[in-house]
Amino acid sequence: MSEVKYSKEHEWIKLDGEEATIGITKHATEMLGDIVFAELPEKGSNVDKDGTAGVVESTKAASDVYTPVSGEVIDTNQMIVDDPSKINEDPEESAWFFKLKIKDKSEMDSLMSKEEYEKFAKETSA
Amino acid sequence: MSIKKTSLNNLHIKYGAKLVEFAGYQMPIQYKDGIIQEHKYTRSHSGIFDVSHMGQLFISGGDDLTNDLEKIFPADLKKLKTNQSKYSFLMNNKGGIQDDLIITKTSDGFLIILNAACKYNDYEVIKSKLDNQYKLNLDESLSLIALQGPEAKNVLNKVIPGCDSLKFMNGNNYVYKNEKVYITRSGYTGEDGFEISIKHSDAETFVESLIENGSKLIGLGARDTLRMEAGLCLYGNDLDNDTSPIEANLKWAIPKSRIETEFVGSEVLKNQFQSGVKKLRVGIKPDSKVIARGNTKIYNDKNQEIGKVTSGTFGPSVEHPIAMGYVDNSYSTVNTKIFLEVRGKKIPANICNLPFYKKNYVKGEINV
Repeated sequence: MSEVKYSKEHEWIKLDGEEATIGITKHATEMLGDIVFAELPEKGSNVDKDGTAGVVESTKAASDVYTPVSGEVIDTNQMIVDDPSKINEDPEESAWFFKLKIKDKSEMDSLMSKEEYEKFAKETSA
Repeated sequence: MSIKKTSLNNLHIKYGAKLVEFAGYQMPIQYKDGIIQEHKYTRSHSGIFDVSHMGQLFISGGDDLTNDLEKIFPADLKKLKTNQSKYSFLMNNKGGIQDDLIITKTSDGFLIILNAACKYNDYEVIKSKLDNQYKLNLDESLSLIALQGPEAKNVLNKVIPGCDSLKFMNGNNYVYKNEKVYITRSGYTGEDGFEISIKHSDAETFVESLIENGSKLIGLGARDTLRMEAGLCLYGNDLDNDTSPIEANLKWAIPKSRIETEFVGSEVLKNQFQSGVKKLRVGIKPDSKVIARGNTKIYNDKNQEIGKVTSGTFGPSVEHPIAMGYVDNSYSTVNTKIFLEVRGKKIPANICNLPFYKKNYVKGEINV
């Protein structure tokens, strides 16, 4: 069974065994507007919890993408690099950003549940 | 100072605008469709822009007004026919641009459209340079609405019949709901279009009737991507007090007849016409999908800094990142290879021609 959690930087993370899939939330895409550029971490590189692991740009501005957990990048989603508008269309499913081999599962504990994140997103955008 | 609202504020909210503060006004950055759809709708049909935050300065009184204004602005105002418009500048003594503006000759004087962030300062500067006999009115009882796009003429003609006969950079008086409106054929998107100066109390119904005829409200976000594709400058980004019209590659707006005459900044401009300039505004096309925004540093192939980007975005119609900026004049030739420093990496790019998007203006006489 997979576990989905959310970060304060508006990333979602789905953990299946040791494989973590990470993307940005629908709420994040709504705040960003039309996304026109995505940059992903390199396959094989190691990323640290809360560190920068990519960039998204809308017509208006650039924003960093952070990784909510540490690990080794085992896959990246070329589809969103080729067509960044997919991130607006399907941010929490097919338009994932990268997959990690998670280093320490306990890093998941400090992240928010769906309900907690929805509450957080509502409060911070008000 | 409290934030000001335009006469269309309720309409912006009704149509789902995201509102931001711009030059002291609460303005729509985008509506529900988002910047890309709004941009494309303007290029394929027509878009309505609330530009009521801009200044509408009327100057009248006295036979010497044209002469006296020519001492301020480098435009050929003597040749201007009634209802004809010219793009020009308010400069400082160093030849730097204090504002870029549109001057239209009216039946009793001139109307000057000023940038929102500059308008109060412009008013003071212009007033200080003119004799007391002239009447200056920065009219805040009028809204200003731009309608832009290939269908603009058809949409506007249904609401205010007859305005499709206007030529580009010309204006005239029309009537809407028994009130006078002043319409010019001009704009800031690279499309055919109009700017309508209308009483605040009529603005909302006027815009609703444009919407009923198929047009859509467009926010400042798309206004910015549209003007960048059209290679047009935004004051404060691409033009400022330390940049002259020659450096900004806007030499075409200084008529030959004025080069030898005197106006504010004329000494510097004359010098630059003769000996050239050190920096020049150019179009920049990154090789990859990376976007270089304002203040991005520009380097040559020897890693020497040669300039900086002043505006940059993703161009929704050209479907590629675009930018403009200033480079050392020796690197200003089209196809020169340059490098843009984005997030610590040097991104290859080329100097390119402006505009990025071909203009669709309805030409009258060639008047530049």
